[in-house]
Amino acid sequence: MSFREPHELHKRRFSLNLGLGLVLAFLVAVVFGLTVAKVSIGGFEPRPNAAGAPIAAPAKPAEGG
Amino acid sequence: MSDASLNHPATQTDARFGDYFALLKPRVMSLVVFTALAGLVAAPVAVHPMVGFAAILFIAVGAGASGALNMWWDADIDRLMRRTARRPVPAGKVSADEALSVGLTLSVMAVVMLWLAAGVVPAALLAFTIFFYAVVYSMWLKRSTPQNIVIGGAAGAFPPMIGWAVATGGISVEAVLMFALIFAWTPPHFWALALFMNDDYQNAGVPMLTVTHGRRVTRNHILAYTIILAPVALALLLTPIAGPAYLVVSVVMNALFLNGAVAIWRRDEAVAASDNYKVERSFFRLSLGYLFLHFGAIMIDAGLRGWGVWP
Repeated sequence: MSFREPHELHKRRFSLNLGLGLVLAFLVAVVFGLTVAKVSIGGFEPRPNAAGAPIAAPAKPAEGG
Repeated sequence: MSDASLNHPATQTDARFGDYFALLKPRVMSLVVFTALAGLVAAPVAVHPMVGFAAILFIAVGAGASGALNMWWDADIDRLMRRTARRPVPAGKVSADEALSVGLTLSVMAVVMLWLAAGVVPAALLAFTIFFYAVVYSMWLKRSTPQNIVIGGAAGAFPPMIGWAVATGGISVEAVLMFALIFAWTPPHFWALALFMNDDYQNAGVPMLTVTHGRRVTRNHILAYTIILAPVALALLLTPIAGPAYLVVSVVMNALFLNGAVAIWRRDEAVAASDNYKVERSFFRLSLGYLFLHFGAIMIDAGLRGWGVWP
């Protein structure tokens, strides 16, 4: 197995592609951090039903189903 | 991006990452970040640092997106003005279509992400800000009326209100006064610039006040709006977000700003042209410090309250 010689276009666009890749990686990190923060703040617990009791978590599907 | 642009041979006009970043008007973004952060920290509701960071980031991205849309729309007149001729689109580094794509994509992303991070009110305000800057100001007002930057200044005034809404989930008198501070500051700031860059606007056919009514009228307007600005700035002292730092900054900077506006008002064209608009340039620089120090003082006072130094 051999890698092809990089096309001239790849060399020319390297800084652009690298920059875009870093921005996307940064965005992933921000979304991950935001998710962790949101969960730690709370507010994602199941809503209580009319009687005030928390709604039970959905039952697990049967094994092998 | 067309196939033709993908395959063209290497040239000096190949866009770099920095050219796309320049589409977002980084200097304007830095002001947006600063004022939005001030609105966020001044609010009486604590925000999780990560949520606050993400919110400021997406506000900045939204502001940058509106800058890209502005560059797409104004590419024809940007080419004609020295101040803007080196922007990525008129310089031929990025195509207008690419600027439009970047602007639209980042606008949607910024609004949706701010909604998820901080709620519907700040997201709606950001969406309206982008719409106001790109459509109301750039497409409509800028080329049609000398009041362009008076009304259009609202677009730059929203960030502290959005920052406040991130923390509180709503809008209150403090947020409105921070908005009013930037709104009233914008005309003297841009008219001072127009006084010494008038040829640019004249060449591009942009109906700035200096072009449509002349420099004398513009000088009168700068003084009038600076007089209006002072009580607007001082009105924040009636709210809990302004403390000793804001008191000192506001009194000193408004005195200096009024003094500068009077100096501009008293000058005639012959004197101004002879020293290459020295006083006007100095007033323009002062206006940048004016806004920076006011919002810096708001953040300092928030810190003093947080540390219990000030009630």
